[in-house]
Amino acid sequence: MHAGIIFFLVILGSVLFHIFTPWYWTDIASNWGSMDDTITLTFWIGGGVFVAVCLFMVYCVFKFSYKEERKAEYKPEDKKLERILTWATTLGVAALLAPGLVVWNQYVNVPKNALEIDVMAWQWGWQYRLPGEDGKLGTTKIVNINDNNPFGIILEDPYGKDDIMIQSDVINLKNNRPVKILLRSVDVLHNWYVPQFRAKMDAVPGVVTYYWFEPNKVGEYEVLCAEYCGVGHYAMRGGVKVQSEQDYEIWLQEQETFSELIAKQKKIELNETKLAKK
Amino acid sequence: MTEDFKDNKVIHAQSSETIPGGAGGSVPDLDYVRPAEVSDQDLYHGHSFITKWVFCQDAKVIGIQYFCLATFTGIIGLILSWLMRLQLGFPEAAGFMTAEHYYQFVTMHGMIMVVYFLTALFLGGFGNYLIPLMVGARDMVFPYLNMVSFWSFFVAVLVLLASFFVPGGPTGSGWTLYPPQAILEGTPGSGMGIILMCVSLILFVAGFTMGGLNYLITVLQARTRGMTLMRMPLTVWGIFTATVLAMLAFPALLVGSLMMMLDKLLGTSFFMPTILKAGEVLEYGGGSPILFQHLFWFFGHPEVYIVALPAFGIISDLISVHSRKNIFGYRMMVWAIVGIGALSFFVWAHHMYVSGMNPWFGFFFATTTLIIAVPTAMKVYNWILTLWRGNIRMNTVMLWCLGFIVTFVNGGITGIFLGNVSVDVPLSDTYFVIAHFHMVMGIAPLMVIMGAVYHWFPLVTGKFLSEKLGKWHFWTTFLGAYSIYFPMHYLGFIGVPRRYFEMYDSPYMTSAVGMNEFISLAAFLVGAAQFILIFNIIKSLKTGKVAGKNPWQANSLEWLTPTVPPEHGNWGDRLPVVHRWAYDYSVPGAKEDFITQTTAPSEVADTKVEKT
Repeated sequence: MHAGIIFFLVILGSVLFHIFTPWYWTDIASNWGSMDDTITLTFWIGGGVFVAVCLFMVYCVFKFSYKEERKAEYKPEDKKLERILTWATTLGVAALLAPGLVVWNQYVNVPKNALEIDVMAWQWGWQYRLPGEDGKLGTTKIVNINDNNPFGIILEDPYGKDDIMIQSDVINLKNNRPVKILLRSVDVLHNWYVPQFRAKMDAVPGVVTYYWFEPNKVGEYEVLCAEYCGVGHYAMRGGVKVQSEQDYEIWLQEQETFSELIAKQKKIELNETKLAKK
Repeated sequence: MTEDFKDNKVIHAQSSETIPGGAGGSVPDLDYVRPAEVSDQDLYHGHSFITKWVFCQDAKVIGIQYFCLATFTGIIGLILSWLMRLQLGFPEAAGFMTAEHYYQFVTMHGMIMVVYFLTALFLGGFGNYLIPLMVGARDMVFPYLNMVSFWSFFVAVLVLLASFFVPGGPTGSGWTLYPPQAILEGTPGSGMGIILMCVSLILFVAGFTMGGLNYLITVLQARTRGMTLMRMPLTVWGIFTATVLAMLAFPALLVGSLMMMLDKLLGTSFFMPTILKAGEVLEYGGGSPILFQHLFWFFGHPEVYIVALPAFGIISDLISVHSRKNIFGYRMMVWAIVGIGALSFFVWAHHMYVSGMNPWFGFFFATTTLIIAVPTAMKVYNWILTLWRGNIRMNTVMLWCLGFIVTFVNGGITGIFLGNVSVDVPLSDTYFVIAHFHMVMGIAPLMVIMGAVYHWFPLVTGKFLSEKLGKWHFWTTFLGAYSIYFPMHYLGFIGVPRRYFEMYDSPYMTSAVGMNEFISLAAFLVGAAQFILIFNIIKSLKTGKVAGKNPWQANSLEWLTPTVPPEHGNWGDRLPVVHRWAYDYSVPGAKEDFITQTTAPSEVADTKVEKT
């Protein structure tokens, strides 16, 4: 009897916890509200099944606890009941799967007007690059990476010259404009994750992975690494600033292109050699 | 069941027409069982202490050896989890712990609990002890190989634990051992640690293959007369199917470990692309880190079911015995076990939705993953329908069973969140995942193990465990574990990522400080509660109530040996003959509420048995 009561209280407690929890989603700041909706749907259907199964169990504990004089029912199978349960479950599962796949279809198809951002991960930090006026990112090679060429851009590639190099671990985004995050890593696995945007994807050395989202709330957010990447994993943070179009353009003007960066570096080197000669 | 019976009829036309006992058919026909096809097994009987208890060939002793060693490593895993929770809940009290330590503890805790504790305990422990007894065999078919299997496991554990004492310490690459980081500087234990981990896994797989072949062939070839496949207890079905999975899945882990060792030691590039570390380009190129993930999860997902299927089987038997009722829908249960086992090989990449593999795979793996929910749900329904109109003994064993149902359904439902590709995106790599898999493949199987210990302890030792201590043990474990993992899901909703040594002061994480402290306290309590069991075992061995034969009034063969606890060879002079399935409880017309598997139909002629 007592056992049944405690089990009942556990179920009740779970439901109450879910209703009154102060810990829940961070406010969403991207277009992926549909992910939250599928989670909510899963909560209703899944949670309903959980409560129903457990309450039925508790009922059985109360109703059918051992009595010397009673004999249990002898009924090995019930084809009809089993068939009904199978189909009901299949239906419920399909109802969960279908919206999930629809949202996934949106996730893998990047809108045409998405701005590309090259996110390069390393142990332990992030670097960003934007395409220049030609709208294309220059091709890169890991072996080209050095202090003057942090992305390893292939110098002969004309698309690379006007690439905009962001010299900060904070990247700015334009509000209400989809972005395609192109992920690269120079060493191990990483994952560029902003909880408020919901979306995430691993950065894998050797390949370029991608995902997209559309920020829709001006503000500053923290970037976390969501794939274990060695001992500095927990400290691998960065920032995102979502800005209105005006502010974004002002910020963009302040950034240097790859050519400018090289020119500046050369100047510094020249000065250094001059100094050395003196 | 019926098919086998028809077989008999074809060969021996005198066989009775009607299955149920009762009127019609002469008595000898009714009790007919096909004669044995092979002669009785010759066994090597140990003479000295060493051959009886150390290098022993008796599956029961090997089972106990597996059980004890797995429990020992499990306790190490438990202590590691305490240290992790200390860091997460009370970082100022864990000043001695560096990030390196933390990640090493995370890794070793995970690997120990999944492979060296749960797998070894269910298959090596329960499998060895129960399979020969439950199918009516004298021992495993290859006793010597069985002994070598255990000692390989022993060496594997030694190698694993040795990695705590090598320079650099054990590997800290997470239990998934993902390259490139697993073998590169910047990850703790990327030198000797990861090599010893790979060696240990290879030894484990080799040893396990020896044991696994034994389980399979014993089930297929050494069943006693009358023990058709569809009369076997579900425990045997669960362990049998899990072993088939293990035979197919472990090779992927084996080659993954081997290839990673080659990358580390010989400079091959199976998993290593061009890599820039500390400004220098390493001498690797062209390999794929994602390939390792495919190999790992091709093992890793079936591994979940290698743990879960024996648990499903055992829990079915415990619920049935203690509800005094046949398991509801036996055939459905068998096909669900087999179906889940088969499907489990087509779902592995649901661990990799955001791994950077081609995103189009997501559609396929989400579909297969959600399909597997159907047979799993059927099993849950059948468990609670077995309770329905039963005559439920509310003893400690049943409490563990009920605890299992609650935690398993909870963890199964959150699995539907994570399996459903786009729902997984915001939740993957967060504490939601931790909460999910601990609930479904940590706590739920643990509930089964505990239930099984309380259930079969009288068989193994001849004494009951103390019910009073058992109830304390259960309630602290169940309530404690539930209050660890249920709220933890909500940390995942906030977006707290897993494998974080420190949370810093991100706003949504600081709101969770209180919860982290609470979870840690609960974890300390639950861990400590496990020592109640150890105390209970020691106390009950000394002063426990004597159990006698078949104390639970169960039907299956393991309770029907001539001596309790069973001796080497199990059955004395004559092997048992089986006449029915293991679930004839509360049959109308029967004097008692159980009819053992060895009871001939003529002995219970007035009963209305539906199945044989």
